[in-house]
This record gives sequence, C-alpha cells and structure tokens, in this order.
Amino acid sequence: MKLNGLYIALIFTLSFTSCGSDDDNDDYVNQPTPAPLNIPQIFSDYILDPVIPIDNPQTVEGIALGKKLFFDPILSANNTQSCASCHRPQNAFSDLPRFSVGIDGIPGDRNSMPIFNLAWNYDDRFFWDGRAFSLEHQALEPVTNPIEMHNTWEVVVQRLQEHPEYPSMFNSAFGNGPITEEKATKAIAQFERTLISANSKFDRHLLGLATLTPEEENGLNVFMDEDRGDCFHCHGNPNNPLWTDNQFHNNGLDATFADLGLGEVTGDPADNGKFRSPSLRNLAFTAPYMHDGRFNTLDEVINHYSEGLQNSPTIDPLMKKVDEGGVHLSDEDKADLKAFLLSLSDPSFINNPDFQN
Amino acid sequence: MKKIFSLIIMSLLVLNCSEDQDDNLTIGPSMASVGFSFSHEWDGTLINSSNLQTETVTNEHGEVINMTRIRYLISRLELINENGDTYLFDGYKFTDLEDETTYDFEPANNSIPVGNYTLKFIWGFNETDNIDGAYPDLNSASWNWPAMLGGGYHFLQFDGMYNVDTTPDPFNYHNGTARVSDGVFEQNFAVIDLPTSINITNDATIEVKMNIAEFFKNPNSWDLNVLNTPLMPNYDAQKMMQENVLSVFAIGSITQ
Repeated sequence: MKLNGLYIALIFTLSFTSCGSDDDNDDYVNQPTPAPLNIPQIFSDYILDPVIPIDNPQTVEGIALGKKLFFDPILSANNTQSCASCHRPQNAFSDLPRFSVGIDGIPGDRNSMPIFNLAWNYDDRFFWDGRAFSLEHQALEPVTNPIEMHNTWEVVVQRLQEHPEYPSMFNSAFGNGPITEEKATKAIAQFERTLISANSKFDRHLLGLATLTPEEENGLNVFMDEDRGDCFHCHGNPNNPLWTDNQFHNNGLDATFADLGLGEVTGDPADNGKFRSPSLRNLAFTAPYMHDGRFNTLDEVINHYSEGLQNSPTIDPLMKKVDEGGVHLSDEDKADLKAFLLSLSDPSFINNPDFQN
Repeated sequence: MKKIFSLIIMSLLVLNCSEDQDDNLTIGPSMASVGFSFSHEWDGTLINSSNLQTETVTNEHGEVINMTRIRYLISRLELINENGDTYLFDGYKFTDLEDETTYDFEPANNSIPVGNYTLKFIWGFNETDNIDGAYPDLNSASWNWPAMLGGGYHFLQFDGMYNVDTTPDPFNYHNGTARVSDGVFEQNFAVIDLPTSINITNDATIEVKMNIAEFFKNPNSWDLNVLNTPLMPNYDAQKMMQENVLSVFAIGSITQ
C-alpha cells in the first residue's frame, strides 16, 4: 500500500513538472522548428555522427536565415561581396582564382576552401591552418578581415537591425532580443552544415547502384596501395567516405616555407608548413588545388606526389621516397588514379536548388 | 504536498538504511572497479604528446630516429585470477600518442572480485573482431587496412624519420593483416599475456607500459635502412612485427 502511494505521488510530481515545462514553451512564441541534418546512408553506415554544438541546434528558421546571410553582400563594408562571392555553389563553394580578391581589390594568400560535409570535421578546426575552433567562430572572421569583407560586426549588426526582413527572421530563429554577431554566425553555421555531399558515382558504387570502370577500379587500387599512391593514410578510404582525415600535414610542397600554416597558429616550429588535408570530393569543381592554389590541374597534383616532393624538416614521413621526389607512378597508374579521383565528384551537390541563391 | 515529501524522504531513508546494513556485513569490498592507464616510453624515457615529436632516440640496430606519429589498437582485455576465472572487458582501445585523453581505458563492465590476477589482451583485432569497416569510430580515424591486404584495421601506425643524424628518410612501421600472396592473407594479431601478478584489493587503476624501443629490438633487431617503407604489403616484415610486439608491453604500477 505504501509503495503504491509512493508511485502515485511520484507520478503526480512528474506530471506537475511536465505541465510547468509546457507552460514555459507556450510563452516562447518564437520556438524555432527543429531541422535535424539529413545524414546520408553511406555516412550513417560507416562513420561517426556529425558535430552539432549543443547551443546551436539546426532549425528551419536558423538555416533559412543563414542561407540569406550567406548570399547577402550586406556583410561586406561596401555591400559588394557575400560569402558566396568566394564560395561559389558551382565550385563546391570554392573559388576559381588562385587567390580570391576582397572588396578593396586586394588578393588573399590562400585558396578559398570548399564547403561541404563540415559537420563531420570531428576536431572542429577550420581554415587551412586550423586557426578557428568551430564553424561558428570561423564565420566571424571573413567579415572583419581587411583583405576580404573589410567590415566590422557593429556595422553589420546595425544594418541587419535596420533591414526590413532580418529582424523578424532573427526573432523566428533565435527568439526575441537584439541581433548579435553570435546569432548571425550561428545561422550561417547552420546553413553551412546542411551543405552535404554524398552522391558521387563512388558513393553510388558503395551503395551498389553504380559500377566503376576498370580504370576507376585500378585508380582505387593505386590510391589504396602503400607501394604506389598511398593516398589513403591522409585522404580517407571506402570505409571513410569523407575522403579526408581533416588533420594537418606537410605534404612536401616546399623546401622552405613562405607560409608557415599550422606553425603560425601554434607557434611550434614542428608544425611549420603543415596544412589541413582537404577532402578529395568534388575535385572536378574545386581547381586550383593546394592551400595556395599553385596547381591548376589534377595532373599537376598527381605529378607533385609522384615526382615533385620537396624535403624539409617537418615533412610528413608518409611522403615516401622523398629523396627521389616521390614514388614515380607509371603513366597508366596516374591516369587511372585521376579517373578514380573524379568518381568522387558529386554534380548533384553543386546543382542542389536548396544550396543556390 | 506534505504527504508526498514525507513519502519520498521516508523511502530514501529506507534505501539508505539497507545499504548501511550491507556495508556492515563485510570488512572490505568483495568487488572492485578496475580501469587501465597506458603509458609509453623509449627505454626509460617517458614519451607523451609533449615530446613525441621532439625526442631523438636510437634504435637497437643503431639508427637515430625522430618519431612523428604513433597510434595503436588493442582489444579483448581480460584479467585472469588464480583459479583460471576470466573477466573479459567490453570494447577495444585505440590510442593516439598525440592525444592523451586516449591513454586511459575504462571498460563499461569493470567490476571484478578482489584477488590476484594477470592481464591478457589482443594486439590489434583477432580474426573474429577484425571486420572490414565495422567500427565507425575507427573508420572516422582512417584506421582501415586496405582490402587488397586483407582489410580490417591497422594494429599500429608508427611513422617517423630515421638516420636523422645523417640523411633523414621516412619510415612507416605499420602493422596489420599479413598478405601471403594476391588474395591470400594470414592473421597477424598477437596475444599479449603479461605474467606479472596484479593484486586487486580495492578499486584500482592498472598501468600498462609500452616500451616503443621494443618494436625494433626483440627477437628481430630492426634495420631501418632495409625495412623502412612500404612495409604493409611485406609479409616477412609483418610477421617480424608480430614477433617483436610480444615484448613491448609490461605491467606498471597499480593504484588503488
């Protein structure tokens, strides 16, 4: 009897608490609609769940706001450049020139990074040199960078506050209260996390929906063969379809460094010349290649690893036979490797209407 | 409301009282929770994330080495008592020397009776566990072993430069399934059976020490001038690694 009484009392207490929560929710008129990421099967089958910050869940309203901000030149000082100016959908959100040119006509010194599958960057370190921790923090920087948008967040916030549409969009996404740079970058990060690419020919091959050509098959073998390409230690494999380890490596581009990369960020000389491995997805759309866009074609990239390696004190030991410039692939293996790499490109990603302005 | 609180408080008191009575029945704990803490050294010099890439060492054969990256996998940790009873812990342990949060291993089923034990575990994955692509955390760490070499996972990735005092060259001491010939593979895991007696009297952390130098030492004195890279497709090198790993681990201190 006593136990029954206790259960009833506990249930009553819980019910009472639940009612209280409901009342709170009713008061919050701008409750945004949850919009969890649509995780592709080849990701859910093989790799860990994406990284979504607990204080910035994906919502319909947040994503819509982020998309509008991403394509809006209002972020730049003279209203001429948006994020999309240097991160173009048709280039897998990268840019065509080696160095993108900012609002004052000044070029940067790194190639614009493509944007896709960023929620699966488990270490959450962004930019070629990893200087931003979290996508939200990454999004802060281009606005104030003097050779990019050359603006201040105070100006941006004021413009957004005075805009006919933004105030209500911010309220819908984040509740009432002033517009802030934190809310703006949270929204941009939400939109960027929806930029998922997982529908290449090779993805469909993994799902049993496409067949590789003999050249692509051999190219995969070159990629996975420690005695030939040995690409997989840094660039994923069929069981890691991100096609990057998102780690920092010195891949033998230079004997001395004009750009210290990760070393500039950490201050550790052992990190000099190290840059984050980019994904090999969508290479068909993301030329030029490397952190400084020095290679215009995939052939040049493959030739670099095959014959062009430069030794330096921080070179990654995975750059085999550096004393001979590389592993010297045959012409056939080079051509097949290129064919395989191109099978990782996903035209449906760059044509996705949800990702266009 | 008063009645509710009285009921809750009363029930809590009853629960507490019964726990106290249990405690009074025994002098010491009969069960203990155990965890593992892995430490790494090069012949007595502690190696961790701070000095992995800065320490210059010399291997048994005489090559002067700088280390860049050491990651390894062990599985099926089990403690065996004097009666031969085995306590197998769930899960596997993937360690990256650059990331000290990976040094510890706290299995979910970590409760064992107090007593004397020895530790046994598998270097890498055994035949049953080494399933290609089956572990999302290991896939996400790009820990896979190529299908053309038998698939599954790396057991060890040890990258560095040798002859750094003269002409530095890369080595990639990577261990996993051994390829006998095209399409023919041989399991290459090792059973690490450490004879040191571990006396568990209370909740304990067992230190397991790895001496990295042993990979190059015993029974095969490793000549990096000959065996540097690529070693993954090299059957003989893979079997030599399987032999050398047997003397790499030892029991360290027991904290309880």
